[in-house]
Formats: sequence, structure tokens, C-alpha cells
Amino acid sequence: MGIHRGHKARPAEWLAEKFIFLVSLSAILMVLLIFLFVAREALPVLFGETNTALVQKPIPPDEVDKHSAAELEAYLEITPDQLARMSKETLRSLMDVKVEAQNDIPEEFRNDPDARINTTEWQYLLKAHQWSGYDKPEHIWQPVGQVKKFNIIPLFVGTLKVTLIGLFFAVPLAVGAAIYVSQLARPRTREILKPVIEMLSGIPSVVVGFFALLVMATVLQSIFHYQTRLNAFVAGIALGFAVIPVIFSIAEDALTSVPRAYTQGALALGASRWQTAWQIVLPAALPGVFAAAVLGFGRAIGETMIVLMVCSASVMSWSIFDSARSITTTIAAEMAEAVSGGPHYRILFLLGALLFAATFLSNMAGDFVIHRFKQKLEGKK
Amino acid sequence: MAEITMPKMNLPGTATTVSASAPLIAIENLSLYYGASKALKNISLGLGEKVVTAFIGPSGCGKSTLLRCLNRMNDLIDNVRIEGSCKIGGHDIYAKDVDAIELRKRVGMVFQKSNPFPKSIYENVAYGLRLHGMKAKSELDAVVEKSLRGAALWDEVKDRLHSSALGLSGGQQQRLCIARAIAIRPEIILMDEPASALDPLATARIEELILELKKEFTIVIVTHNMQQAARISDYTAFFYIGELIEFDTTAKIFTNPSKRQTEDYVTGRFG
Repeated sequence: MGIHRGHKARPAEWLAEKFIFLVSLSAILMVLLIFLFVAREALPVLFGETNTALVQKPIPPDEVDKHSAAELEAYLEITPDQLARMSKETLRSLMDVKVEAQNDIPEEFRNDPDARINTTEWQYLLKAHQWSGYDKPEHIWQPVGQVKKFNIIPLFVGTLKVTLIGLFFAVPLAVGAAIYVSQLARPRTREILKPVIEMLSGIPSVVVGFFALLVMATVLQSIFHYQTRLNAFVAGIALGFAVIPVIFSIAEDALTSVPRAYTQGALALGASRWQTAWQIVLPAALPGVFAAAVLGFGRAIGETMIVLMVCSASVMSWSIFDSARSITTTIAAEMAEAVSGGPHYRILFLLGALLFAATFLSNMAGDFVIHRFKQKLEGKK
Repeated sequence: MAEITMPKMNLPGTATTVSASAPLIAIENLSLYYGASKALKNISLGLGEKVVTAFIGPSGCGKSTLLRCLNRMNDLIDNVRIEGSCKIGGHDIYAKDVDAIELRKRVGMVFQKSNPFPKSIYENVAYGLRLHGMKAKSELDAVVEKSLRGAALWDEVKDRLHSSALGLSGGQQQRLCIARAIAIRPEIILMDEPASALDPLATARIEELILELKKEFTIVIVTHNMQQAARISDYTAFFYIGELIEFDTTAKIFTNPSKRQTEDYVTGRFG
């Protein structure tokens, strides 16, 4: 009775609070589940259970009992589940097919050292390898063909290249626009500019990609005179356009929420509006502006369509005027044609998991930096 | 503007000039509009050099608005229109060729709520100096120390000059804002209820400081606190709903005001 009723006193509020809690919990759960699913599909690569070697020592069907289940699974490229469901006859005929396939390999491949390599081993995924026909070790992503080459380094380089170009282009422009709109523009101008810039984010990225492919590529080439018309530079600039509204919106909020007392204090000391914005307001809003850049990074690294449309050759090159293929682009373009459960499929999931981990870590690092900035501003250090 | 007139029995809003010396600040027939509403009505007032003048009056009487006219902080608000003239040292500060930024170097300001920048104590004081072109480290160090001493803050902060100003107490922050204002050596310091957010001890320190600063600066202070006005000011102007009701020496305003309204206000009968 009375004060002892606890949460029963306001059941609706109690219920609403628990519901909101569940919703936020489910978001965390969802992220975790997605990661677990993606990582699970990639596990066989991590445990070395995939084998892409073209020439393998054939196991005669009669010797099926001499080998462990794991060996058979790797040899036949099947899952334990599939193995368990197979009858002895099916297994035998599958092994016959395998032996025949080995016999069908043309003679010239049989002697190629590449044909004996399991290209899903870590050294071939990460390190340069001198493939036959090449005159030096190279990083190559070539998931189709006789010898499937799965070096993921060109994809990481491509992703980083395009993302960084996009950010270098977008951050100064977006933060500059945010400073102008929140500090310098007249209220009338602000009321027009802010929604218009934010409206940019409503443009589907496929449309931005289309525009970049047709117009920007030509214009930029005529300015910079580089060789490849469609390259990481064009993709990065187009990516920048997609990221600008995200960064602008958050940076503008951060700058606007700097107390007016700071602005007034600086102006009363004889600072111009520009000096006030640059020397007082921007440093005070730095945590928020940095957070905007981190979010922009996340948006840029995850953007698929623009890079897919503008350039997608997986060349290993740090030059911004060469083509690039980002991780997301690779996954989107190749997932449909990768054999489910095959090495290519597994490696695409591995890429997804790695991208997830990289984004997660960079967000954590960003958060840490923001926290430090805040503490420094508040004088807690 | 050397004319010195002793207070006469004036109707509200007519010219009143009292000053011990030639007025440094001469406000003549100044009116201010926020859009259509008239917030200040034909104010005329002359303020002398190196004295403390207090603006008192109930909330919304226009005292802060008038204070902000003196360094043109009202420029930052849209829809503000000013008529009449305001001269400082003989120059009309609202003339077309006057740069508000230059003016604010000569007319410093301390706000109601202390507003140190989120920088170190040293940088807070040095900011204004750097703005006005002082670069040499030794010179900056000297002026920062002198300003902090001038604001009676040096002994408390000399060991942590480079830690954040936001770690100081409210009273210390306000004294830091005063140090910041006096660092650039303005002629006039405007104070907008500088002690209203402080406890009595911190208030007493600020008041002592104001009396000290009077030797070098002309101070105009807006205050809600009648005792404070009586303690620290030489002259007092009483405002009511946008009009200057009475302006005279503080002693006269508080002991023998000419106007009924003034008397009612200072004795606490309204406001």
C-alpha cells in the first residue's frame, strides 16, 4: 500500500521503459548476430579446411574407410552435414567423379606448380606470390580461372584509397560549410542552405555513381589529364559527395551547440566573426566535428554502389589515378556467382568479417579520441 | 562636451548630464528598437572617466541593453535599430566608418555568467593579446601575469596556468574573465551583473577588485543588487521601462533621490 507499491505505481511507465530497453538490447544483439553469422561462414578458411589445389593426390574410392571424416570433407569440398547424409554409394560415386576430374586435368597444368597450391592458405591471402607467368611476386585477386588467386591486399588497398580520397575531399568541405552555416551566415541564408545540403543525402548512391561515371569522370580527366578515365580518384570524389551531407549535418549541430557565451566573450574582446568561429567555436566543437568525420568514414568505407559503378579493377596500386576495387564492391559483385560453401564464397565472408572488424575498431578508436578531446575541453584530463 | 550641468528637476527622458570631469561617454537622445518595440527611449547620459557608474532598475528596464550599446554588442542581434548618438572620447561609435571590432578593443566587457573559453588559464588571458598582434612569448608572459595580478587571481593560479580554465570555481572564473578583459588595456570596462551568479564571498572579492580597477579604468556596471551599487559606484543611473528616470551621484540617489520612482525602487518598495 502507498509508498511500497514500487513499479506497480506507474505500470505504463514501467512497461514503456522495459520496452525501450529491450529495443536497444535487440540492436546490440542484432549486430552481434550478424557478425557471428558472417564469421561462421568464414571459419573454414581460418581453420585451413578449404583447399583449392587443382592437382591433388586422388583417393581411390576403395580406400574411403582409411580416411577420417575431416579429410574426406576437405577432399570432396562438402560440409560434415552433407557427408553425414550421404549413403555409401553416393560417396563412392562422388569420389569416382573426383578421380575422373583429376584425370581430366590437361597435361600442361599438371606440371604447373601453381596447380598444386592451396590458394586459401594465409600466405597466399596476404603475401605477394610469384605465380607462373609473372616475373615478380605480386598481390593478385583473381577469383575465377584455373588457378584462383585470393590475395585480399589489393582489396584493402583499394578500399582505403577510395575512402581516404573521399574523406580528404568531404571533411574540409563539409566542416567549412558547417562553420559557414552555423556561425557566419545570416539566418535567412542558413534557413535555405541547411536543408539543401542535407537533402544531398537523399540522393540514391546509384544516381551519384551514374553521374560520376558519365560526367565527373570526363570533367576530372580533362582537368588532371590522367590515363585511366575511371579510377580511384573519381570514385573517391563521388564518394565524397555522398558523405558530405552526413558530416555536414553532425558538424553543424556540434558547432551550433557551442554556448553563445563563448562567441560573445570572443567578440567582446575584439575578435572578428571569422576569428571567433575559427579560434573559439571550432576548437570547442572539436569532439563533435571529429565524431562527424568518424561517422563519415564509416559511411564511406561501407559505400558499395558508387565504387562499383565508377571503378572496380582489383589492381594492386597505391596511385590514386589507378583503378581500385573496394571490399564491399567485391562482395556485392561476386557473391552471386560464388559457389555456396566453396572457397570463393568463404573468402567473401572472410572479407565481410574483416571489414566489420576494421570498422568496429576504427569506430572504437574514434570514440576514444572524442572522449579525450572532451575531457581536455572540460579540463578533467 | 565639456559642459557640466548639475541635476535639475527633469521629466523622465530629458537630458541629464552629471559628471565630475568632462564625460568620456556621451549618450545623446539614444533610442533603441527591437523590431517595432522601443526598448530604450531617448536616453541622454554623460559618464565620466575613471569612475564607476552603476545602472540600476527592475528587470526589463533596458539597463543591459544600454550597456551593450556602448560596445555595439547589439549589432549581433537582428532587427535592432538605434537612433541618436553615442560618443566615446568625442567619436560617435555608430558612425559609418567606425569598426565595431576596433571599438571592442577599447571597450571591454564582463558578462553576467562567467564565460572563460575552454582553453587553459594562460590561453584565456593571452587570447585577446594574440588577437591584437602580440606574439613574443616573454611579452605575453609578462602581460598575462600582470593581468592576473590585476584581477587578484595570480596567487591562486600561478602554479596551474596551463590547466583548463573550466576547472576553476565560479568566482575564479569570473575574475579570469576580468583578467582577460583588462589584458588588452581597454579604456572602459562594461560589467553586466558580474557577481549575480556568485556567492557572497566571491562577490565581495569582485567588488574589491572593481574598486581597485577604478584607478585605471572607467567602469560601467549593471547590477540588480542595490547594496552593491551603493558600495562600489560613484554615480548611479536608475532606469524604468526603457527610460532614464534619474542620474546622479550614488550618495544622492540612495539618500535623497529627486524622483519618487527612484526612491520607491531604492527603498525596496517595488522592483
